[in-house]
Amino acid sequence: MKYLDEFSDPDLARRLLDQIHAVTTRPWAMMEVCGGQTHSIIRHGIDQLLPEGVEMIHGPGCPVCVTPLETIDRALAIARRPEVIFCSFGDMLRVPGSHDDLFTVKSEGGDVRVVYSPLDALQVARDNPDKQVVFFGIGFETTAPANAMTVHQARRQGIANFSLLVSHVLVPPAIAAIMESPTCRVQGFLAAGHVCSVMGTAEYPPLAERYGVPIVVTGFEPLDILEGIRRTIVQLEQGRHELENAYPRAVPAEGNPAAMAMLSDVFEVTDRTWRGIGTIPGSGWRLAPRYAEYDAELRFEVDDIRTDESPLCRSGEVLQGLIKPHECPAFGKECTPRNPLGATMVSSEGACAAYYAYRRLDLVAAGEVGS
Amino acid sequence: MCLAVPGRVLEVFEESGTTMAAVDFGGVRKKVCLAYLPETGVGEYVIVHVGFAIQRLDEESARETLATFERMGLLEEEFGDGFEAAARQKGVEA
Amino acid sequence: MSDDLDFEGWTCPAPLRGTPTVVMGHGGGGAMSAELVESLFLPAYGGAARAELGDAAVLPAASGRLAFTTDSYVVKPMFFPGGCIGDLAVNGTVNDLAMVGAQPLYLSTAYILAEGTAMSDIGRVATAVGKAAEQAGVQLVTGDTKVVDHGSGDGIYVNTAGVGVVPDGVVIGPDRARPGDAVLVSGPIGLHGVAVMSCREGLEFSTPVESDSAPLHGLVADLLGTGVDVRVMRDPTRGGLSASLNEIARASGAGIDLVERDLPVPAEVRDACGLLGLDPLQVANEGKLVAIVPGDAAEAALEAMRAHPYGAGACRIGTVVEEHPRMVVARTGLGGTRVIDLPIGEQLPRIC
Repeated sequence: MKYLDEFSDPDLARRLLDQIHAVTTRPWAMMEVCGGQTHSIIRHGIDQLLPEGVEMIHGPGCPVCVTPLETIDRALAIARRPEVIFCSFGDMLRVPGSHDDLFTVKSEGGDVRVVYSPLDALQVARDNPDKQVVFFGIGFETTAPANAMTVHQARRQGIANFSLLVSHVLVPPAIAAIMESPTCRVQGFLAAGHVCSVMGTAEYPPLAERYGVPIVVTGFEPLDILEGIRRTIVQLEQGRHELENAYPRAVPAEGNPAAMAMLSDVFEVTDRTWRGIGTIPGSGWRLAPRYAEYDAELRFEVDDIRTDESPLCRSGEVLQGLIKPHECPAFGKECTPRNPLGATMVSSEGACAAYYAYRRLDLVAAGEVGS
Repeated sequence: MCLAVPGRVLEVFEESGTTMAAVDFGGVRKKVCLAYLPETGVGEYVIVHVGFAIQRLDEESARETLATFERMGLLEEEFGDGFEAAARQKGVEA
Repeated sequence: MSDDLDFEGWTCPAPLRGTPTVVMGHGGGGAMSAELVESLFLPAYGGAARAELGDAAVLPAASGRLAFTTDSYVVKPMFFPGGCIGDLAVNGTVNDLAMVGAQPLYLSTAYILAEGTAMSDIGRVATAVGKAAEQAGVQLVTGDTKVVDHGSGDGIYVNTAGVGVVPDGVVIGPDRARPGDAVLVSGPIGLHGVAVMSCREGLEFSTPVESDSAPLHGLVADLLGTGVDVRVMRDPTRGGLSASLNEIARASGAGIDLVERDLPVPAEVRDACGLLGLDPLQVANEGKLVAIVPGDAAEAALEAMRAHPYGAGACRIGTVVEEHPRMVVARTGLGGTRVIDLPIGEQLPRIC
């Protein structure tokens, strides 16, 4: 694909790596926020190729992983109802709730459908006027505009049998929460490129200033990631802590004003609990009161949600970058992609899943995990 | 988050009062909602996430970024130690 | 295979009783069932069918070991670019026989039809079955039809069982892979899965991606004819190359190293997978085989495959190794490594 393949060129990657090695004089620890970036780093083996001492701490930028357990249980309860067609992105299907997951609900007769876009769910609502269609609206700021437009369209076209179960999370409050944590080791951030495509870069200079960390807006292809890492290290070596944009082809400083206008119409900021981490104030979006009729949380009364997280699961510490996946005792043993204990082993971007898929070879060789 | 891919706009049209586009991803075509980038013209590139164009892709900027990567390390090869550069080059090709 | 079959244009010995869709009675074993066989299935099967499709077929004894396989076909949508469930039902079972080195001989066909399915759809599928069987040189010797409630099935499900004969001296099985062996694939991967998925996800292609469904026993015969010691063969259907290679690694206890750059992934497959977040290694193929041969025989094997129409794009993709036993590992473009896992369940389009 044009403007994608060129950014995987191995020769240029080698040059960027050489540059990184040339400028690094001491250990640094930086965090890539976005799960898609984690996936790319591990899949291409970028972390194996960085200088000794440069550590990538994997951040909580996996919306699947951080969706609160209570929301998952609520989704499962709604999906089980006979009058409901529950639509979701494929990522969510195997995320474990307290007792089961959407996949199990489907196999027990629930009408659970995977869609590529929320607009597909709206079409399902049009095609099935006698059913209640619910869409599971998870994601960061990147995905929120799509969900917002869908609700907006539902209203405009008078589609009453459609509702959204919203669980959006925001990046800047997460960065603040991570930096506020007493055990924080993060010295720089690769900000999530496509989040910034929507929201622009304005929210980040204050964070860079307040916490004294360089923040570099970074893309997802190998060359983009290497360049983001390179610029972060250059700043660290020079003692600077500024916002830089290493993904200008997709990120104008002002973001997408049309999308942002829709977002402020459809959503309002709320406190959000991040699974495994805790409540981060002002870190989420929920449907604004003027769209309350499309809020699945209000439309479906779900009582008796008693959440029950696996006592073995240490997703939260992984999400905060406190431990690496293979440092969790359950990794590769009680917890595998086939039998995940937590969301980080299910999601294709979750750090545990990425490590299991791509890093297992090294871990097996080092005797840290059975094959 | 953010599995978003760049594609080229082939056609722009209205559907149920919303601006839509047929976008080409190097041989694969899909219908995409263009409502957030209504000014986009045929032949321009957009970045698509879950069926929506969320931002335009600045082709000039893309070319510049690649050119920057291509220039990296070349200056050092020109002015640095010839043997060192050759040794590093050999390491690259190994 | 042409999609423009004219159901109306057949000459039926006795026309069906004017039912445009299949009803419960057609599965009852009575007159309506008989009519369905006489007026729809037998004409559709054409030359590939025995004159009587009785309850049991009595067949001449074969000299040599018998190979026996069965598979059920439930693909949705039933009709997709490049073929339909009927092609898969024949070629899939023929290929299972071919993968153990057998000459495929006889097939059974058992249908489970949802009440309300259009007769024209059943006719199209049956015609495809007949054509595929004829092309593969196998006889359709027995069958069954059941009809279930609307909503229990979904259109048409087909089961085919196949019998073939394995020539003396041919011993092919996944446990035979040895370190040093070459891993070969007969051509470009991911076509079938993308063709089917493109229907479901509304993807269009400037050059349409078509299913690669094809019978491979001719290709296998050519390969075996070289005298090369073919250790393993597998057709990477559900779960793609990843599933097949993992099965081979586990059965043999060896490891498999792949070179990502050498994988023959067509651009359309790569782009469609990129859009939907799928891994081409896990996408189904219906007309490809993986072969494991001694390292020094790779060139001879590839030459033989490339000479056959179904092996034109054959290439080497990796090596069987001693390291990382029972695991499949790929070397990425950047020089890193990644483990290629057994896929868990179906691949689903993702956003992240």
